[in-house]
Amino acid sequence: MNVPLRRVASIVLVMFVALMVSTSYIQFVQADQLNNDPRNVRTIYREYGNFRGPIVVAGDAIASSTPVDDPYGYQREYSDGMLYGHVSGFFSIVNGMSEIEQTENDFLNGQADALWLDRFGAMITGKQPQGYSVELTVDPDAQRAAYEALGDQRGAVVAIEPATGKILALVSTPSYDPNSLATHDTGAAREAYQELLNADGNPLSNRAIRGNTYPPGSTFKIVTAAAAIESGDLTPESVIPAPQQYQLPQSSSVMNNFGGIRCSPEGEQSLADALRISCNTAFAELGVELGDEVLRDQAEEFGFDEGLQIPMPVTASHFPTEGTEESSPPRTALAAIGQGDVRVTPLQVAMISSAIANGGVQMAPYTVQTVRSPDLDVVQEASPRRLRTSVSPSTASALRDMMVGVVDNGTGTAAQISGVKVAGKTGTAEHRSDAAPHAWFTGFAPADDPQVAVAVIVENGGDAGNEATGGAVAAPIAKAVMEAVLNG
Amino acid sequence: MAPVEPEVRPGRTAELGLLVLALALGIGAYAIVGITVTDELPENFALHAGGLAALSLGAHVLLRFKAPYADPVILPIATALNGIGLSMIYRLDLSRLERGGTEVLATRQAQWTALGIVAACVVVWLLRDHRILRRYTYTAMIVGLGLVLMPLLPFIGVTINGARIWVNVAGMSLQPAEFAKIAFAVFFAGYLVTNRDTLALAGKKVLGLQLPRVRDLGPLIIVWIASLGILVFERDLGTSLLFFGLFVAMLYIATERISWVVIGLAMFAGGAALAASTFGHVQARIDVWLAPLEPEIYGRDPGGSGQLVGGLFGLANGGLVGTGWGEGYPRLVPYAFSDFIYTSLGEELGLTGLLAILLMYLLLVERGLRTALAVRDGFGKLVAGGLAFVMAWQVFVVIGGITRIIPLTGLTMPFVAQGGSSLLANWLIVGLLLRISDNARRPSSLPVRGQVAPGGARAAAPTPVVAGTATGAVPDDAPTTVGGSPTPGYGESLPLRAADPPPPPPSPSHDAATEVVRVDDVDRDPHGSDENDGRREP
Repeated sequence: MNVPLRRVASIVLVMFVALMVSTSYIQFVQADQLNNDPRNVRTIYREYGNFRGPIVVAGDAIASSTPVDDPYGYQREYSDGMLYGHVSGFFSIVNGMSEIEQTENDFLNGQADALWLDRFGAMITGKQPQGYSVELTVDPDAQRAAYEALGDQRGAVVAIEPATGKILALVSTPSYDPNSLATHDTGAAREAYQELLNADGNPLSNRAIRGNTYPPGSTFKIVTAAAAIESGDLTPESVIPAPQQYQLPQSSSVMNNFGGIRCSPEGEQSLADALRISCNTAFAELGVELGDEVLRDQAEEFGFDEGLQIPMPVTASHFPTEGTEESSPPRTALAAIGQGDVRVTPLQVAMISSAIANGGVQMAPYTVQTVRSPDLDVVQEASPRRLRTSVSPSTASALRDMMVGVVDNGTGTAAQISGVKVAGKTGTAEHRSDAAPHAWFTGFAPADDPQVAVAVIVENGGDAGNEATGGAVAAPIAKAVMEAVLNG
Repeated sequence: MAPVEPEVRPGRTAELGLLVLALALGIGAYAIVGITVTDELPENFALHAGGLAALSLGAHVLLRFKAPYADPVILPIATALNGIGLSMIYRLDLSRLERGGTEVLATRQAQWTALGIVAACVVVWLLRDHRILRRYTYTAMIVGLGLVLMPLLPFIGVTINGARIWVNVAGMSLQPAEFAKIAFAVFFAGYLVTNRDTLALAGKKVLGLQLPRVRDLGPLIIVWIASLGILVFERDLGTSLLFFGLFVAMLYIATERISWVVIGLAMFAGGAALAASTFGHVQARIDVWLAPLEPEIYGRDPGGSGQLVGGLFGLANGGLVGTGWGEGYPRLVPYAFSDFIYTSLGEELGLTGLLAILLMYLLLVERGLRTALAVRDGFGKLVAGGLAFVMAWQVFVVIGGITRIIPLTGLTMPFVAQGGSSLLANWLIVGLLLRISDNARRPSSLPVRGQVAPGGARAAAPTPVVAGTATGAVPDDAPTTVGGSPTPGYGESLPLRAADPPPPPPSPSHDAATEVVRVDDVDRDPHGSDENDGRREP
């Protein structure tokens, strides 16, 4: 019976080899796929099982993990959720993650590839893996000023430090409290998410960088003016036609100025004056003269039609596409005054002001300043990065002077700050015939040594409704934010 | 002619060393679980750890006195597996308590462990010679059938999760099938050792397969019907498959006829196909096996793949080195402490841990098979071979089901999974294997073959072992047969696996090398000469 016994022993060996192979296949080859399966709740449990690093603004944690006595081990808490909700984002068992919580997840949970050496050390010493802290560029005073100035109006504010690209404020209203989504009571978290989805004003939409893009309205005239001056044919003093009405080329439509006014009794004015009083007909005609291509080149030099990561993903702003109906002369006339097919994010508008404030050099905007290990060693420090040259220094200085004129004695007087020279541009963007226009303001201060560039949008004119203009509604908010930065 | 008496080391010291390692593994795991989950040692840690150590060391001491030549690897491996299983069950208790549950399984399992080790000791102590069991061949058959049918009885039979394989006796749930496998192994061994030649030789040859005669098949058909009955009436695919594996393997070992394997597999395939087409739950299992990740099959209720996929997620989470004791989420899988304890271990100990556990099982089984090779009587070979194989087969069916080699069936992982009947039954198997291996490895007190002049041996040689058993009806046991040729000694290491050093060369009058290599034939010779020779080489 020994021959069959030996064969049985061989069969047993084969069976065990099969088990070893199948187990290895699952735990090694298939593991990644299984770990990433959306039905696998272990992934989120694993995230929760670790101490997650805090998100820090000016030395204070706006998001932190505190040990709790439940199976997850740590509860994510947001100290001022409404204020920072659209910056920190949320970290939720049932709803996933967003914004900084998502983009910096690998650091916050300590699993980033760059940290392998630390993890290796922790494995050897048996230390619990810990998350890294992420410090933001946000200025709490500017953030709070923006949030409070917007109040219960729908809109967004973005403030940037022109020389570096640091984002000082990023507010979108209505906001939401990420604590409601981060609760470990999965039923409540799910319900809170549904409520936010259905809520009036769509609080989950981050209007500052994503959401629906907006027509920029007259704030886009800065781009048209920049294109004109960069072309070398015009200076701020050049006189351009400014008729009471402008017959759109190849079209029966007629463009009026805001309120039907005449821009000047002579029917023509300087480029600087046209910007100061935001003359539609002058800029529409200028835009058509310059042509679709020149405008597009200038818009792209300010960052249009290019996505961004700050590190949250930013929707690309849009200038009419070449060779389509969008770029026909009548649409170009509209585009030149920021109507028609031009779409922007508030961040894009702030980046235009920021580039002009920085002598024409646009810095890449960013929100994450420093990543620190649990022992507070800096593992990553942001360094300002040149994104592109938007305009020449001379054009930048010419535009700055023109924008100072807007605030000094133009449409943007509400943004004046005593003792500080402010540059700016208002915008009042028509978007639907049955709704009040969006109120815009963008600018920077101090004009001769810019510390902050800002963009503000108040949807549908906010509290002012149909009476709203960028100068009346948005400019005061911008002023509050700039003051907060300058006094800070 | 010089006596051939290769030195056999009983191996008790090696066993002690391995046992200390095994205890360190099990008790260490228990301590780590407590410290990781609750920041302190488990309650009554010293008592539990000391209890396990005392019991297994007690078993070791008993072996020193009662079975000094027993295989030294079997007891440590069983202890290590049992300790690892207990730790995981305790770990899952803790996560249940943490979440407000009250059920505690580890205490019960620890009691069963104690009972199991004691039972193994009792087997070693009281069963002086395994051949005594042969007297109870048909008793074993009846006991086995009775155990298998027990859950179908009214009042005591219980249906849990759709399978009627439990009985409630005195407040305890038992799975009689676990014990039936031992009874059947004994029955098959006794039956086959008597009838193996009729089964192997009488009958027509069809297409190169030697078919057995129908009238020889009687008892086997009864058992076949019984195991299909389990499938149909108790709805337990796993146990049915288990008996079939045992049944086919032992037939093959006894008769050396592939035809039996083919017939056995065909019979089971036929029965299983019939069951699959008749019973929805079998078809559902097959769907789950083939495509567990399909959303439709994953979400199906009942009969969905949620448990299997949960187990796969657990294994994936464990990865190469695992999360460590107490750091994973094995509780997410239903029956993580019994049917799916493999994935629980895989999650926390990783691939490395599972490969180590698989190697332990492999070693344990191969030790059993080695015992079967070495033991001199046919009955012992069949019992040891059958029990060793059934353990391997059970491991294969459970883990193969979890890792999707075969459809999932509900069986327990020997020694590791929660379940008193299984634990006790497997310790009984350990007891039997220890007893048989002691016989197999014990240096013969008889004159070694070749030592006594041919022809004078049978009458002259005292046969204390056989005499002790007082079984007259065992002609084929024939440990005393004296062949014409000098052979290696009885305690000779058989070169199954390279676990032991090669045997010292027998002192030769013949060509030594040839003799060693042909141990197999030599070993079979006396057997053949005793019964029906002529089927071997002319």
